Amino acid sequence: MTRGSGPRARAPRCNQNSGTQVTDTPMTTLETERTLLARLRAWYSAEDANPTKRVQFDRPLTPWLFVLPQLAVVAIFFYWPSVQAVTSSFYIEDPFGFGSTFVGMENYGDAVTSSQYRDTALFTAFFCVVVTALSLGLGLLLAVKADKVIRGTETYKTLLISVYAIAPPVAGLMGMMFFDMHMGPIKDLFALFGHDLRVGIDYWDTAIALITISVWKQIPYNFIFFLSGLQSVPVPVREAALIDARSGWRRFRDVILPLLAPTAFFLLIINITYTMFDTFPIIDVIVKDKPANNPMTLVYKVYLDGFKGNDIGGSSAQSVILMVVVAALTVLQFRFLERRVHYG
Amino acid sequence: MQKIKPLDHLVLILGVLFLCVPVVMALMSSTHYPVDIHSNGLFLTPGDNGLATYTKVLTDRGGFTGDVTGLRMLMNSLIMGVGFAVGKIVLSMMAAYALVYFRFRFATILFWMIFTTLLLPLEVRIMPSYQVMSTLGLLNTYTGLIVPLLASATGTFFFRQFFKSVPDELLEAARIDGAGPWKFFIDVLVPLSKTMMAAIFIIMFIYGWNQYLWPLLMTTDEHFYTLMRGIKSILQVWVGSQIPDYNEAFALAVLAMLPPVAVVVIFQRMFIKGLTESDK
Repeated sequence: MTRGSGPRARAPRCNQNSGTQVTDTPMTTLETERTLLARLRAWYSAEDANPTKRVQFDRPLTPWLFVLPQLAVVAIFFYWPSVQAVTSSFYIEDPFGFGSTFVGMENYGDAVTSSQYRDTALFTAFFCVVVTALSLGLGLLLAVKADKVIRGTETYKTLLISVYAIAPPVAGLMGMMFFDMHMGPIKDLFALFGHDLRVGIDYWDTAIALITISVWKQIPYNFIFFLSGLQSVPVPVREAALIDARSGWRRFRDVILPLLAPTAFFLLIINITYTMFDTFPIIDVIVKDKPANNPMTLVYKVYLDGFKGNDIGGSSAQSVILMVVVAALTVLQFRFLERRVHYG
Repeated sequence: MQKIKPLDHLVLILGVLFLCVPVVMALMSSTHYPVDIHSNGLFLTPGDNGLATYTKVLTDRGGFTGDVTGLRMLMNSLIMGVGFAVGKIVLSMMAAYALVYFRFRFATILFWMIFTTLLLPLEVRIMPSYQVMSTLGLLNTYTGLIVPLLASATGTFFFRQFFKSVPDELLEAARIDGAGPWKFFIDVLVPLSKTMMAAIFIIMFIYGWNQYLWPLLMTTDEHFYTLMRGIKSILQVWVGSQIPDYNEAFALAVLAMLPPVAVVVIFQRMFIKGLTESDK
């Protein structure tokens, strides 16, 4: 009985397979030789390769009403300024507002070849590496420990997370007073080691302050993500690891860390973006308007050159360079975001 | 199970101290006299000048026009935070609804137009954004403070993901019952998204409240100053005075950090959910 029904049951399935094969073949060939034109055609028509919903409304006007507010805001406050940034990067504006002259790539050339720009770029890279490494490392360390302890996890968690909500300028203001030359406790701390900390005057002392404050501000964010990553590691996996590896460090290195890798990659990009852009207020509060001999990031230089230096063309050219960098980072981030969702 | 090692607790306690002591010190120092702070450094114990300091910071008219109080800045920050969060939720829910639930021409191109905004943060286009705002005459307005910040797809992305996870059967059932797109949106999707909306609200409120650079550029009229903008101007006053009003600066910092920190602590679970699921 069972042997007899086997082939019969398989037969229609075979048929179905070949049936889908027929419709599948043109799809795959289309996919392999997908030209820009084909993609444009897909954009034009409402046909989606994999529609988000099986059933959708089919009205000509209603979706526009829904999407219009967002679209208007994006067009006016995103595309317009972005296009303007690109166009004005090719011009030199008259400082007194009497028109502007087209100079081609000159603004870019000036920016890239200026030693000040190169110094700022170097510092930004250094700043990114140090802040990202420290805040990721400390965030991970705290998350691993908070995941491990049984007593008081919630209290630790609340205390460690609460700092997240503090705005960068507030962090900068507090940091400024902690590094203050008259009454700052951190200055006293450095004095114990025989170092005279002079934030705002000495280049590297200011850098220390900027790094400390930026790391302080970013640890909670990394902690939250690492902890939720750790807590999503299934209990059976943990128990199996406990049997396989006796040493806690090996368990962490061989089992937990690979599972955390997607989270870590995601955080890596987020942290680089944070250090490049969101530290602006911290720098503004610490360095204030005395950039003379102080370190700063590329974004701060865009602001200084544009608003204080009135060099709109140069500032725009720097903006565009940054746009390319950050766009590349975001594309990377989306790659990992997909991966993260997939693994999670 | 694993043994509890005192070392783990030590690391955690050190971490908590590193993160929280500055906050406690700021809070405590704000209740002391500036002279004491100047000569003794920061405090870890409460002083007796707290009430006076906070009353002064909140109600004293300061600034160039002599018309802006801390209370006013607090209100502006609140308008900024709530306005931004509400605007973000409304705009992005509607846009995500159109993109997920409708079959229409240009849908894909619209999707990419909206999601490209994730590529470029406001900081890289501040200069031209400022010029656009001044062309539109939106400097020193609440609209100018809030609306341009809405031009990013973070919320839309999040709601799109959420709508995609809503079972298709709901729409089928609603259509059988004769519900149109508006009715389905208001009566089914909005109630269904309540938790998501709350989570997004928390994240976006903090984001809006904490804005610094944009208010700095957009507001020259002190009536529109937020607390973050106030921090900038309190620092500008510092240059030249004999003993800076440390206590007032700390009080301003405490006022600026209290509401978002309270929101995070009270709605911790929802906050973490919103943060880790919306990703940005």
